Amino acid sequence: MAATLRDVTTYDLKLAAPLAAGFILFFVTPLVILLALSFQTDPQGGHYGLTQYVAFLGDSFSLGVLGSTLWLGVKVTVLTLLLGYPVAWLHQRSPAWARGLIMLLVLLPLLTSVVVRTFAWVVILGRQGIVNATLAWIGLIDTPLKLLYTEGGVVVALAQVQMPLMVLPIITALSRIDPNFADASSVLGAGHWRTFRKVILPLSLPGIVAGCLLTYAAAITAFITQSLIGGGQMLFMPMYIYQQASTLQNWPFAAAISIVFLVSVLVVVSIFNALGRLSRGYANA
Amino acid sequence: MSDHAKPVSGSRRIDFDALSFRIVMTGIALMALVLLVAPTVVVIWVSFTSGYSLKFPPPGYSLRWYAELWNAWQLQFAMMNSLTVAAWATGLSILLGVSASLGIARSPTLTAKVLDSLFLSPLVLPALAFGLSSLMFFSMIGVPVSPLTLIIGHTVVSVPFVVRNTVASLAQMNPSLLEASSSLGAGRWYGFRRVTLPLIRPGIMAGGFIAFMASFDNVPVSLFLRDAATDMLPIRMWQDLEGRLDVTVAALSGVLIVVTIGLMLVMERVAGLSKRLT
Repeated sequence: MAATLRDVTTYDLKLAAPLAAGFILFFVTPLVILLALSFQTDPQGGHYGLTQYVAFLGDSFSLGVLGSTLWLGVKVTVLTLLLGYPVAWLHQRSPAWARGLIMLLVLLPLLTSVVVRTFAWVVILGRQGIVNATLAWIGLIDTPLKLLYTEGGVVVALAQVQMPLMVLPIITALSRIDPNFADASSVLGAGHWRTFRKVILPLSLPGIVAGCLLTYAAAITAFITQSLIGGGQMLFMPMYIYQQASTLQNWPFAAAISIVFLVSVLVVVSIFNALGRLSRGYANA
Repeated sequence: MSDHAKPVSGSRRIDFDALSFRIVMTGIALMALVLLVAPTVVVIWVSFTSGYSLKFPPPGYSLRWYAELWNAWQLQFAMMNSLTVAAWATGLSILLGVSASLGIARSPTLTAKVLDSLFLSPLVLPALAFGLSSLMFFSMIGVPVSPLTLIIGHTVVSVPFVVRNTVASLAQMNPSLLEASSSLGAGRWYGFRRVTLPLIRPGIMAGGFIAFMASFDNVPVSLFLRDAATDMLPIRMWQDLEGRLDVTVAALSGVLIVVTIGLMLVMERVAGLSKRLT
């Protein structure tokens, strides 16, 4: 009897077979081919070895591109957290109408096209853009500042583009905190800053970790924003892969860079996942 | 209320503490919200310029660039391609993704857990690396890039959104409803159509909507898997922007923003979009 009851509430695992087959053919197989190709010694093929990886890891230019990409992700994530956390906090303590408005403002960038969002930053940061026009109008500057094609510009634009990814998980985490904890802390004499530091912040750690993971992964792979705001002088990993694959047709090297990049992303994801488990344990303790 | 519990002598210090905390947090939050909206407002603002450049502030206002969109056949062509590919990718994602979600959502087996991570993994893997690897795969098996390869690639990166939202809806569903319908004589298919589907429909719609937007906006996969004849909108716009700051692109961006806001509000009404994203 129990078996027949269970039958109606679960569906056959075979229903997942078509998508599983599609993923094995069109997702897993290509990645295996990418891995295999990265061991080819030259674009014509034939010999296999570690040549491409040795070339990447022995080249200070390539290592520099990898390093600046990973470091860019750190800067964007920190800025996004500093700006995004208060937004989630404000959402949590606002009346219903303000919550809806904040949510709309947060979701809008998530759903507008990345090209459109990035384009807006080109208009804002350009020589004749809003920032320069405003500063000149106030009289603070005589000649336009160079804001576009700088790393600072890339960081700010990416922080805006990725902020929803940070804010949404933190809103979820904050909504799960029992408000009695904050009340208890304040009754026991802790001020707002202390309550925030000792109670709210630690309890929202799972949301922070989830938000940082999503923001970081999105920031280092944000091809369009990196190339439009960064311009030609700044090279990050996605563009580097694209140049090697498309312009130079050097597939084995492009494959090797992709694998190095994929592994870096996976290492970061695993670190964040481990932190997430720790923080959930902490928040539930 | 809690004021009673505090020593009277400390009340002034605590007020300052509360005030400074609120001012700092609200101040940063408002700054961040301005930063979030500013780009959207700016694009719409400059799209009404009467000038030939995106100089700020605009020398005058007009609708000329919106009128210009009627003649911008390259952008229209790219838009049609992007809409077609996104429609196919979304349809396939819903068909395959919902079916797969039903299979894995309530299954306790290890296979189901592995499949769940597999189906969600395109969300974190760099899409550019996936695009490149797909191109290598298709060229290795001798299939030339075409709208078909494009749709396959887009489906892989869109399907995670459908799976994530459908699995979440299924997890929230009360299984005793299915037991009840079955004990009242409903068959499996009838129970699915009349009980399960209505309950998970908002989740499928929200997932399908996000999948559509993700495909419509995709650049890294399209860069590798499109053929020369298939121009895609985000790539067309990106290349227009690399060359010169085109005001027609601003007008098109304005149209896209307004359509997106409209769709968002509709999805919020029918599928509770914001609840599904938090």
